[in-house]
Amino acid sequence: MIGASSIRKEGRAKVLGTACYTDDKLVPGALHGVTIRSQVPRGILRGIHFGEGIPWAEVTIVTAADIPGQNRVASVVHDQPFLVGIGEEITHMEQPVVLLAHPNRLLAERARNAVRLEVEELPAVLDIDASLELRPLIYGTANLLKEIRIAKGDPESVWATAAHVIEGEYRTGAQEQMYLEPNAMVASVERTDGVAHVTVWGSLQCPYYVHSALKQLFGLPAEQVRVVAMEMGGAFGGKEDYPSVNGGHAALLSWKAGLPVKLIYDREEDLACTTKRHPSRTRLRTAFDAEGHLLALTADFVLDGGAYATMSPVVLSRGAIHAAGVYRCPHVRIHARAAATNTPPPGAFRGFGAPQSLFALERHMDICAVKLGLDPVTLRRRNFLHTGDTMATGQIIREDLDLDGIMDRALAELGYHDKKAAHTVLNQEDSPLKRGVGFAVFMHGCGFTGGGEAYLASVAGVEGCPDGTVAVLAASTEMGQGKNTVFAQIVAETLKVPVEQVETAEVDTDRVPNSGPTVASRSTMMVGRILQDAASAFRQSLIQQGFLTEPYTPESFREAVRRAVAAHGSLRSYGQYHRPPNIQWDDATYQGDAYPTFSWACYAADVTVDLDTFEVKVEDFAAVQEVGRVVNPMLAEGQVEGGVAQGIGWGLWEEVTTRQGRMINNQMTNYIIPTSADLPRMKVVFLENPHPAGPGGAKGLGELPMDGPAPALVNALANALGPLRLDEVPMTPDRLLERCEEVTHG
Amino acid sequence: MAEPITLSLTVNGESRTLSVHPFARLLDLLREDLRLMGTKEGCGEGECGACSVLVNGQVVNSCLVPAVQVQGAEVVTVEGLAQGESLSSLQAAFLTYNGAQCGFCTPGMLVAATDLLRRCPTPDDGAIRDGLAGNLCRCTGYSKILDAVHAAAGEGEAAR
Ligand code: FES
Ligand code: FES
Repeated sequence: MIGASSIRKEGRAKVLGTACYTDDKLVPGALHGVTIRSQVPRGILRGIHFGEGIPWAEVTIVTAADIPGQNRVASVVHDQPFLVGIGEEITHMEQPVVLLAHPNRLLAERARNAVRLEVEELPAVLDIDASLELRPLIYGTANLLKEIRIAKGDPESVWATAAHVIEGEYRTGAQEQMYLEPNAMVASVERTDGVAHVTVWGSLQCPYYVHSALKQLFGLPAEQVRVVAMEMGGAFGGKEDYPSVNGGHAALLSWKAGLPVKLIYDREEDLACTTKRHPSRTRLRTAFDAEGHLLALTADFVLDGGAYATMSPVVLSRGAIHAAGVYRCPHVRIHARAAATNTPPPGAFRGFGAPQSLFALERHMDICAVKLGLDPVTLRRRNFLHTGDTMATGQIIREDLDLDGIMDRALAELGYHDKKAAHTVLNQEDSPLKRGVGFAVFMHGCGFTGGGEAYLASVAGVEGCPDGTVAVLAASTEMGQGKNTVFAQIVAETLKVPVEQVETAEVDTDRVPNSGPTVASRSTMMVGRILQDAASAFRQSLIQQGFLTEPYTPESFREAVRRAVAAHGSLRSYGQYHRPPNIQWDDATYQGDAYPTFSWACYAADVTVDLDTFEVKVEDFAAVQEVGRVVNPMLAEGQVEGGVAQGIGWGLWEEVTTRQGRMINNQMTNYIIPTSADLPRMKVVFLENPHPAGPGGAKGLGELPMDGPAPALVNALANALGPLRLDEVPMTPDRLLERCEEVTHG
Repeated sequence: MAEPITLSLTVNGESRTLSVHPFARLLDLLREDLRLMGTKEGCGEGECGACSVLVNGQVVNSCLVPAVQVQGAEVVTVEGLAQGESLSSLQAAFLTYNGAQCGFCTPGMLVAATDLLRRCPTPDDGAIRDGLAGNLCRCTGYSKILDAVHAAAGEGEAAR
């Protein structure tokens, strides 16, 4: 079962068109909700005016004054209001201020346009530089949402004597998740005997995040709040933290109206208002000896965190830990800051800070190779981490690690060396078409950072059903990654039954325990492992209670479950995460095992640049990774291919253009994601190396593919074009033209 | 509010007569009036193809088509691709080859691919890429979709 390309569990409903996404849910009598948002980046809200021509008596109106509990979104830091109240500060464009609902969608839309906000404007901070220079102070005492320092050895002792000291500054832009299904919520508040029950159905990754947010918003106990995850049309992190906001909004409208409410964003609203990948600026300084051994590395890593903390503290943490990459280095200092700005808060997006810091480092390594007179393969080979080495946080690599093997395989898959030689000859010709190859070597930490998994203490379970099948009980959501199928495979393997005998229970907080959020490449490895334990316990109890004897057939197992359920009414077993004793983490010093393990990879790209149009074509791409054991090769390949596509988009095309911090190209027409005509076939290879912590040896996979494409592509561009200032993504045609002109115009 | 208008058309082989808002889009008619929820709205501006349906055999973005224009037309949506319980070759291939991940682009993708195979029964990668370039997918990177279309073409989808 583990290792088989089982067919996606919910696939049939998806190809038939019967899979039920949030807006597909039939909700009789539902009102249509809309949101009124600020149109200034910073100011004090002085008044709300309701214009003429709207039958306001028919419209449900919610402002901050209507909030029954706390007007703060439960998150890492409780700093973000659901709605800005009169006299309070507006801190970014498109900040929610008023909610409206009406049975008629068109009328709700007209009503939205009839509300005017009176705001006393204040000067705003719109980028990292202004934020760090406190022009002006807008958040806390230093405009910092979070600051992290990681220290190993003493870089200061190295600079003066090192043969080479090389510095560089790198930037990455925001990126929109662009899940195909825009954010959507349905809410219903029912009152029986004066007791309110709030239910939210939505497109959301983390049911228990939304559950916590609703409890705090309404001041209700857990049992009066219910969250149900509907079929999800993609998420990629974009439905990790934001659903706490729009889920709360939908519920507030229903609370006030006494009727169910649908709050469905259209694409323009979704793009302008919801979270994106954090823009970043990284300054690196590295010292090498004469042979190219890395002696010291310092990183000043800054994220634009927007107006509220949202996920920034944890995104920053992952970015900081990945900043030293896959290299052995005795002296490291990492200073990481998430700077507050008056922009719509960024949030989670596949990769979660790591793509930003890894872009900087992997681009920097190529630049260092040029300066050292080494080829990029040799420089990396000289500095790779090996089993027994210590990373920046003091984490010792305990698993077998063969980065040379991973890199060599990727280069072979691409035909790197031959292509590089051929391109060098070709690029001498007087043609606008220039070819280049490049690659990046990187890792991605599996599961939550540091003490996160221990803090979550996730629970998941299995339940016998009356028909003898087994249901998986977990709050982990299906967003297309294949969780339903992979969980079923893990449980089926443990129970020694066919995967058809295992199904996933609906993700409803009334039914499933809190297996933690569906993020951080943690579902397969972390939750899968808990399910393995739960399934073992389930089988054990069937045996102990005399329903089952070993050895058994799938049919006798089914019969045993049937009889046990008939006898007991229900039969469930749960498992819980326990921190393995050899994993230690100190959050105060940022020392210890940042992750239980890492997935490792090398991605290589072959590109053509057209110097007439500055367009870049990706001719070939190889993605080689070691992710422990692969549970479902077909689904895993799909994850890699999709992640690489997003990484290519971020590296070359996907530019978020802003005015006053607001995205102004907030349409699919002018925010360009890859189409089928833009991408090559990819060579995807898994080098298996089962890891004892994961179920059947599996590690995390979902985010890894996002980390490698951007640096591999820009390294390939540098190979094609020579010494240009290629220090930023996306490297759009406009930006590439600019960089070429820098050289021609000196 | 504007007066509703009455329309007659054939949807997935069934003739329907209904009264719709004069500014309604074909997408609204399908989803709101006929409750055929398979057709999705990803952008509402003709960019993503999630709302693709066949109108008189042509692929259109139903978010761009005014409902009034389909008077008397034959419309096929994703719900019309299977024959009862049995999936079309394309649907079966999307299932087998993991052509659907989140599944939100899938209905439109299947409709567009059905049309493609009718016009071009054995397309190569390039022809599939061009044929589906109007249908965005954010999950798959398209490779598995190409595999699925090839597999369905091999099974003679076009003959159906
Ligand atoms: S919804 Fe019609 S093309 Fe996107
Ligand atoms: S499968 Fe998710 S958008 Fe295509």
